[in-house]
Amino acid sequence: MNKFSFIIFFIFSSFILFSQEEKTDFGEFHGNFELNAQTYTADSLIGAETVDDIMRANTYANFTYTKGKFSAGVRYEAYLNTMLGFDQRYNGQGVANRYASYTSENLEITVGNFYEQFGNGLILRTYEDKTLGIDNSLDGIRLRYAPIKGIRLTGLIGEQKLYWEYGPGIVRGFDGEISVNETFKKLAEKQTKIILGGSFVSKYQKNLDPVYNFPENVGAFSGRLSLSRKSLILSSEYAYKINDPSSDNGNIFKDGNALLINASWSKRGIGFLANILRLDNMSFRSDRSAKINDLNINYLPAVVKTHTYAYAAMYPFATQPNGQAGANFEFFYTFKRKSTLGGKYGMNLNVNFSQVNSIQKTEIIVNPNDEIPNLNSYTSDFFAVGKELYFRDFNIELNKKISKKLKFAVIYMYEDYNKLVIQGKYGILHADIGILDFTYKFNSKNALRVENEILVSGKESSGRKQDHGDWYMLTLEYTSSPHWFFALSDQYNYGNPEINRRAHYYVISGGYTKGANRIQINYGKQREGVTCVGGVCRNVPAADGFTLSVSSTF
Amino acid sequence: MKSVSILIISLFSFIAGFSQNETKSELPSVDIKTLTGETFNTSDIKNPDGPIFLSFWATWCKPCIKELIAVDENYADWQEETGLKVYAVSIDDAKSMSRVAPFVNGRAWEFEILLDPNSDFKRAMNVINVPHSFILDKNGKIIWQHNSYSPGDEDEIYKVIKKAAAKNNSDTQ
Repeated sequence: MNKFSFIIFFIFSSFILFSQEEKTDFGEFHGNFELNAQTYTADSLIGAETVDDIMRANTYANFTYTKGKFSAGVRYEAYLNTMLGFDQRYNGQGVANRYASYTSENLEITVGNFYEQFGNGLILRTYEDKTLGIDNSLDGIRLRYAPIKGIRLTGLIGEQKLYWEYGPGIVRGFDGEISVNETFKKLAEKQTKIILGGSFVSKYQKNLDPVYNFPENVGAFSGRLSLSRKSLILSSEYAYKINDPSSDNGNIFKDGNALLINASWSKRGIGFLANILRLDNMSFRSDRSAKINDLNINYLPAVVKTHTYAYAAMYPFATQPNGQAGANFEFFYTFKRKSTLGGKYGMNLNVNFSQVNSIQKTEIIVNPNDEIPNLNSYTSDFFAVGKELYFRDFNIELNKKISKKLKFAVIYMYEDYNKLVIQGKYGILHADIGILDFTYKFNSKNALRVENEILVSGKESSGRKQDHGDWYMLTLEYTSSPHWFFALSDQYNYGNPEINRRAHYYVISGGYTKGANRIQINYGKQREGVTCVGGVCRNVPAADGFTLSVSSTF
Repeated sequence: MKSVSILIISLFSFIAGFSQNETKSELPSVDIKTLTGETFNTSDIKNPDGPIFLSFWATWCKPCIKELIAVDENYADWQEETGLKVYAVSIDDAKSMSRVAPFVNGRAWEFEILLDPNSDFKRAMNVINVPHSFILDKNGKIIWQHNSYSPGDEDEIYKVIKKAAAKNNSDTQ
């Protein structure tokens, strides 16, 4: 393996050298590089642990080569050793991803590792997200064909990536999409635009179980419709999965289904958004015993707002594939310049509400005398929402520029969070969150950002603060455009119900950016928590030490 | 041995990166989507009238939004002076993709908005994280790229845009 990686490295280094010359016939060579390293010091107060190897590093480098209709790429990954909080099965290094692809006018052929999404991903989405440690790429063959304008067909077959190996199943899929207005010339000028699509995905996994008669082939279908007219955009997708007993659903044989509806209406200065998502038994993996984030074939988007401020994201919702019924509403508005509320520069308002509950379930009582026992476990009324609350979020955000030098953002958020369902511990908790974020520009290059965040947690019936209690955070960030930044931050867990756990989490950081190259060093303590992207989450352990991040695109 | 090889690769890629700021390549051809869901090929990102500012962003990314606000505040002037066209490619996935249209219209941005829900274009451009922006000259060549945003970066951005526009003019004369 090591020899192999060296050969690849030398081939590509020669390409780099060639590609630096102006206009050669060698095609184009590009890539990127990312290194994240962290040292670990034990701190019993915040629960940080040390590791025998003291420092750990996750490194990735992509190399892509394009010449005319041909393109190819490899990704080198090294986890020496894997940083805490990522699956330790990543340990090691080597070529993690390689592909080659040929594109002609209406045909595209890809072999090797590829990423694909059918519709909204309800029955198929392979993607990578380094911050989550997810790479569920398919390794196999994909064909895309566009017979006429507006019609696109995709077929694929492959095995799914599982760290340095592949899962035991095979995934086959087909997707077709027609953009009605592009296909039929008569409709090209119509204001109403319609796009229809449909997919079929099937997975095969040999049944080696001595007791259960697991289905070896499991299929899933979906249909979707997008409709837009002037300011209105509607899109919906319905997915259906046949019996798929798995460790996720407790090996029941019930079919699964999902419905996603997105609607928005917007015009200059104003926007409305509504999303509805109902899931019932929709976990879909290429290994029926896989867990956590391993070998997911589909992607179930959480229809709640993604928060990025630390405390607004402290209790993040994660999609519940076994069943959830949720809705999200959002309103966007710009107060015009020179209006009463808008002032000289205008003001932006954003109001959001979302709630996710369980789905209604009626247990099926199995009659032991039945010749064929009913293994569906439950039935669910599609139009009834379950009583158990999983998540509720109401938040309001204002952004305003006061003068050429000063602008601010203010946020209030009300949150109810079922930590027991989402993270498997504690119970339902409540939090009120306030954020005040000022940016002051000294001159055209230098600015200071002062970010205040507070999280006030609810109380248990005994009067004790819920979970880890109250938090306050202050961040000072000084930037000197276009290269430098320095930041100081402290989080204080001032309201922890356990008085001796009221810790400070200091972090000092600095960074330098030049073009698409960036280096950053942090020193300090990291709070234990959960980081999420799109409703998929990863636990981040408490840590104390240095982190170094280097990234470059070339 | 292993750590030596990874160190070499790391150093090498980083040096290669720093020494290649003057990239002169074209955009790859990738199928992404418009706000209304139609397929859009990235080789159609064009501006015959001047340079292009191409920004990868997401509705959940604060610095991205700050960068686009700064560009928006100057857009009318920059357009008039250089013929600039701004493309903002959102990498919001299926979770927040439907949020892009009301978000953008709610802020009254006049950029060309494209959706890259499975990061296909982002990957083809070797973008690691957002915000990451590119400037293209009139001939569609990438002449500049930048990762992250700090207040004031728009001045640097505009310098490059002006340079690209000046070059465009001398090319056509």
